[in-house]
Amino acid sequence: MSGAGAISVEALHMTMRFGDFTALDDVSIDIPAGSFHALLGENGAGKSTLVKCIMGFYRATSGELMVNSSQVKMTDPRVAQQLGLGMVYQHFTLVPSLTAAENLVISRADAPAVINWRAEHRRLTEFMAQMPFKVPLDQPVSRLAAGEKQKLEILKQLYLGNRFLILDEPTSVLTPAEADEVLGHVRGLTEAGQITVLMISHKFREVTAFADAVTILRRGRRVGGGKVGEISVEEMSETMMGKAPETSERRRAATRQHPVLALKALRAKDRSGLKSIEIENITLKSGEILGVAGISGNGQMELMEILTGQRHVSAGEITVKGDAFRATRAEARRHKIRYLPEEPLHNACAPRMSVAENLAFRIFDADKGGRPSFWQDRRAMAKNASDLIETFKVKTSSPAARIASLSGGNVQRAVLGRELTGDVDVLIVSNPCFGLDFAAVNSVRDRIMAARNKGTAVLLISEDLDEIMELADRIIVMSEGRVSFETPIAAANIVEIGQHMAGHG
Amino acid sequence: METVDIGLWGVPLAILGGAIRVSTPFIFVSLGECLTERSGRINLGLEGTLVFGAMSGYAVAYETNSAFFGVLAAAFAGLLFGLVHGWICKFKGVNDIAIGIAMMLLGMGLAFFFGKPYVQPVAPDLPAISFGWWSSIPQVQAALQVNVLFLLGGLLAVFMTWMFRATRVGLIVRVVGDSTDAARAMGLDPDLVRLLATGVGGALAGIGGAYLSLYYPGSWNEGISSGQGLMAIALVIFARWSPANCFWAALLFGGAGALGPALQSVGVTQGYYLFFAAPYVLTLALLILTSSTERSMQGAPLELSLTK
Repeated sequence: MSGAGAISVEALHMTMRFGDFTALDDVSIDIPAGSFHALLGENGAGKSTLVKCIMGFYRATSGELMVNSSQVKMTDPRVAQQLGLGMVYQHFTLVPSLTAAENLVISRADAPAVINWRAEHRRLTEFMAQMPFKVPLDQPVSRLAAGEKQKLEILKQLYLGNRFLILDEPTSVLTPAEADEVLGHVRGLTEAGQITVLMISHKFREVTAFADAVTILRRGRRVGGGKVGEISVEEMSETMMGKAPETSERRRAATRQHPVLALKALRAKDRSGLKSIEIENITLKSGEILGVAGISGNGQMELMEILTGQRHVSAGEITVKGDAFRATRAEARRHKIRYLPEEPLHNACAPRMSVAENLAFRIFDADKGGRPSFWQDRRAMAKNASDLIETFKVKTSSPAARIASLSGGNVQRAVLGRELTGDVDVLIVSNPCFGLDFAAVNSVRDRIMAARNKGTAVLLISEDLDEIMELADRIIVMSEGRVSFETPIAAANIVEIGQHMAGHG
Repeated sequence: METVDIGLWGVPLAILGGAIRVSTPFIFVSLGECLTERSGRINLGLEGTLVFGAMSGYAVAYETNSAFFGVLAAAFAGLLFGLVHGWICKFKGVNDIAIGIAMMLLGMGLAFFFGKPYVQPVAPDLPAISFGWWSSIPQVQAALQVNVLFLLGGLLAVFMTWMFRATRVGLIVRVVGDSTDAARAMGLDPDLVRLLATGVGGALAGIGGAYLSLYYPGSWNEGISSGQGLMAIALVIFARWSPANCFWAALLFGGAGALGPALQSVGVTQGYYLFFAAPYVLTLALLILTSSTERSMQGAPLELSLTK
């Protein structure tokens, strides 16, 4: 578990073909021992194909892999493991109901048949003492914060004795402060010569702050790279996207603001039923974007559920333009309230129904006058679908294709299109850009800003602080089920917001 | 042995005795189901396994004149049923609940088919240990006749609690039940783990069946189980997937099952049939009381199709 230092990995002329499709085309990458290397690229650029070839999940069509300067045949993930190569996945691979200690011990290939917990605990405590960061060992992983889980994933790799770590977008679920802390410690370990790191990322800030060198992939090819510091952020993004990124032209128009949606003294139970959600006062005005920041699990999901009527409210009231609002379909229609929940494929679509049918969810049960109708108007539904597909640039083989067959960005645009048709007074969105690539993120954010400029009141619940800083007019922070902080965007300070998100402000 | 009139004390005593007698099949079926569900799969077929175990246990005990071999045969039959269930569920697009219902009907049908010749003959009983020697009251002695399988069931609950906490096998079952992806990333084969967990769970249910036909009620007939296997599955949910809780919950259900006969024994003649329904009412009531529209279920294996 200790002793052996960092190891170097070099991939030479890696090519990976799936049938006719070349996912990786003659890519070489050299990562010396003890370095911190970043791998940049958009979705589908071949980053994950490359690391899967290195880890032995895929067998490269051609190319060589050198570990510590000797050639290896990476035929199986187990070979990678034996050589000391480990990967931290974007989605946690920890087992939620097991404690951190149980997770660590069972992940070991030589876990004993009968576990002597006293001895294991002593050894784990000794191991933790050598590590730069600590994680509580006796808590079930499901109770750990995202940052702690990410740390535990990294600790697990070190505990397993791996000395070359691939981190797949390790900070996508962390607050900026948490991300800096985790990456700072990882950086420290590389500087101490204990590990070598290859980090997949698309956050330039992290790449420039922590990495030594960078390799940029685009459409399966290595299109650039070099030492961090010798290559500017503009160059990096230009190489990654193939052209200079369209700098956001999201103009903030002056709007008339008057209160639309108000939450007063709301009380509800959270998901676990153990803690409560207590929201004293949130007022959402027309023509503004109110950003709700917070680390996941601090009540934002419950807030969304309260607003969509999925969660029972034990006290308090929600009013829309002065009327009590209980989130029924009729009320939402009357007050023109629309929703874009997170993971819309699961939360706002019928995945196996067609794109056209999914796009008709807001209109299928009403006729042209808005009265309830018994028969479906297939023609109106088809027209609605083709209009939305065109205006929102949804890429689909046909309106009759299953919506589940679309990529994440296209589902997001389709649902956003559906929710933004007609007059919309209130739009409630949750993590609208999670898991989308650069271009899709831009188009979704453009639409949200356009809706705001037209006078829609937008409640933007997001775990991505950058997104909130970019879009919101006003920011509130949720922590422990409460609104702990509020600031207009002009006075917003990312450090201060981060502190409130972490619960000490 | 003369009966001594102990008045209304007979009711709690009969419930205690009944709890010990009636609960054993619940203990075994629920512990088996607990193991299977902890691995992320649900086996509704245990009712059928229970009935088939009762039949095969009784038949083998009669043929070999040994109750012990009867229990072994029932366990083996249960193992086969579990393995078939686990094997079918490996395939894509197969629903474990639907297969469970099919296996339940298959098990009962096969048991009735093969069991016809054994309705009349008398097989040897399982031995019981008398814990009532200190008392001179025959009702106390009768209530404290404890069957070896009940004791084994108690030990098994303790063993499983320890297994889930402190053995590699136990942790592997929990890993597979909680996250198929994590299990794969660890190099485990989730289908194999579930197959074995379903097999062993089936074997335990088979033993529960053997208890029915070889001790209490102690003969083979087609109405022997009356849904106890299904109630035991509900009991696992109520026990929040904890083996120790399964044991206590089984005792509770056993006691409820003994309520009807106990009232009958002290001379309540009116409506005691209603009390025979106590376990079923209790099942419903407990599931309603312990569930919530707000909270997500605590302790549930995350890969379970029930809770997904």
